[in-house]
Amino acid sequence: MYALWIVTTLFTLFPIYWMVLVSARSRVELFDSPTLIQTTFYVQNYIKPLTNPTFQRYLVNSLIIASSNAALVAFLALTATYALSRWRLKGSDSIFFWTITNRMAPPAAFMLPLFLLFTRVIRIGTWSLFDTRIGLILLYCVFNLPFAIWLLKGIMDGIPTELDEAAEVDGASIATVLLKVIVPLAAPGIAITAVLSWVFAWNEYLFAATLTSVRARTVTTGLAEFVTVTGTNWGEMAAISVVSLLPALIFLALVQRYIVMGLTFGAVKG
Amino acid sequence: MKSSRTGWGLLAPTLVILAITGLLPFLYVIYIGFFDWNVFSAKVGMVFKGGNNYRRLVFDKDFLSSLATTLVFAGWAVTSQFVLGYFLAKTLSRNFPGKAFFRTIHALPLMIAPIAVGATWRLLTIPGFGPVPFDLDKWFHVTYNIGRFGGHALLTVILMDIWHWTPFVTLTLLAGLSSLPVEPFEQAVVDGANRRQVFWYITIPGMMPVILTTFFIRMMDALRIVDEVWMLTGGGPGSATRVVGIHIWRIVFPKTDYGYGSAMSLLTLYFTIVLSWLVYTAIAARRRQSAQ
Repeated sequence: MYALWIVTTLFTLFPIYWMVLVSARSRVELFDSPTLIQTTFYVQNYIKPLTNPTFQRYLVNSLIIASSNAALVAFLALTATYALSRWRLKGSDSIFFWTITNRMAPPAAFMLPLFLLFTRVIRIGTWSLFDTRIGLILLYCVFNLPFAIWLLKGIMDGIPTELDEAAEVDGASIATVLLKVIVPLAAPGIAITAVLSWVFAWNEYLFAATLTSVRARTVTTGLAEFVTVTGTNWGEMAAISVVSLLPALIFLALVQRYIVMGLTFGAVKG
Repeated sequence: MKSSRTGWGLLAPTLVILAITGLLPFLYVIYIGFFDWNVFSAKVGMVFKGGNNYRRLVFDKDFLSSLATTLVFAGWAVTSQFVLGYFLAKTLSRNFPGKAFFRTIHALPLMIAPIAVGATWRLLTIPGFGPVPFDLDKWFHVTYNIGRFGGHALLTVILMDIWHWTPFVTLTLLAGLSSLPVEPFEQAVVDGANRRQVFWYITIPGMMPVILTTFFIRMMDALRIVDEVWMLTGGGPGSATRVVGIHIWRIVFPKTDYGYGSAMSLLTLYFTIVLSWLVYTAIAARRRQSAQ
């Protein structure tokens, strides 16, 4: 059992270790026979992209898109699951299942309709959704909302209805009930939902690569650019992978203690 | 009863956004699926073909083999994730020094972008450059080449997915484990049940909602995987790792066979939904059971 524990931990860490290691190597070092120990650190791999204004813009875009999307998704999922959990709406089971199916579509074929939607259908004068941050913020709801709704639905069902009914008897409005009763009780779930949505949005590649060109490019598309332009620059690419992991790592450390409370998918009632 | 208009009002923004980003493209894909539309073909524009694309699909060996590859990949990956995830969750639910640290470590891969996951694994396994083939050859004289042997490539893709997504399974199972009531376990010990009996008759039934939900989410994501595999192997060598997501990509983009690609996506989506619906009804049945 201990052996298995050590093996799985090493298996988990090794690729990350290698990623950091490659990010510390110069081009010359990389083409030597691969050793597992590194004593020097080639900082240039980090400095070059991080001082590049294009890449800085990618970083800012990714930050804005992921944060806005996470906030939007958490808000929408909160109101939606509140409605699904507290009202007997006609066909709410089917609606719930339908929201989830939105995550299942194989992305490739949906690129074309999305591309047309972004360039031709939704357009006012010369402005269209294509290559805008708002476009990606809205689009990322398509895979984040299903997940968030599923996660929060279980938590919402677990909150006793007596609590919000009591508040309503006292004359509280729906906004007050949500803010004063539901949000504090569902806080771990909301935190996990927001963080995972943030991570999924931050990490998304295909949509960002297809539906942006210059202004709204994200870090992941920047990452992929290292592969195609003039051969692969593995060192810088690994460095950017490390950099793009850092914010997620910080979030993870912050919500670490909520994870167990927030990820139960409604396994416990009450 | 509260006014259902308020309920719909709360639901409306979500439905509107999903209608625009999900339903609208979906309807368009259905529409295109009935046409022959290929930018590179001699005929210009869209030609209505009725169910022709779907008839073609049933006999399309490449498509069927990509479906089979996807199922093999998803089956092995998700099963292994559950076995490993359960073991890790069990270990992490104990109390030991540095627990928070290890919990963070075992959640790490989940946070890495799929495209970076693919790149990292490519760095590890690329022939003549990565440490894995190099050291395997040096110490064990084992030839390992993902650019040459389809089996090696598929195995690597499965291992990569296990690495990337086991943390998710671990976390949800950990949450499930820690929300189990204590009394049945104490009772079982009093009654002299052995560990295997406790596992099969108490832990598993108690965890069933979490297991099914996690299974559902993992399956649905594994069946539409693209980024990581594209970055690691590009679907090759040959068609060894050409999962259905990549296959559709190749039909739609380099070949610009839009109509056919759309039909293919719909059929794949249909398979996924049917599969998911089966799991979903199982979950719903469990919920009803436990609610009674």
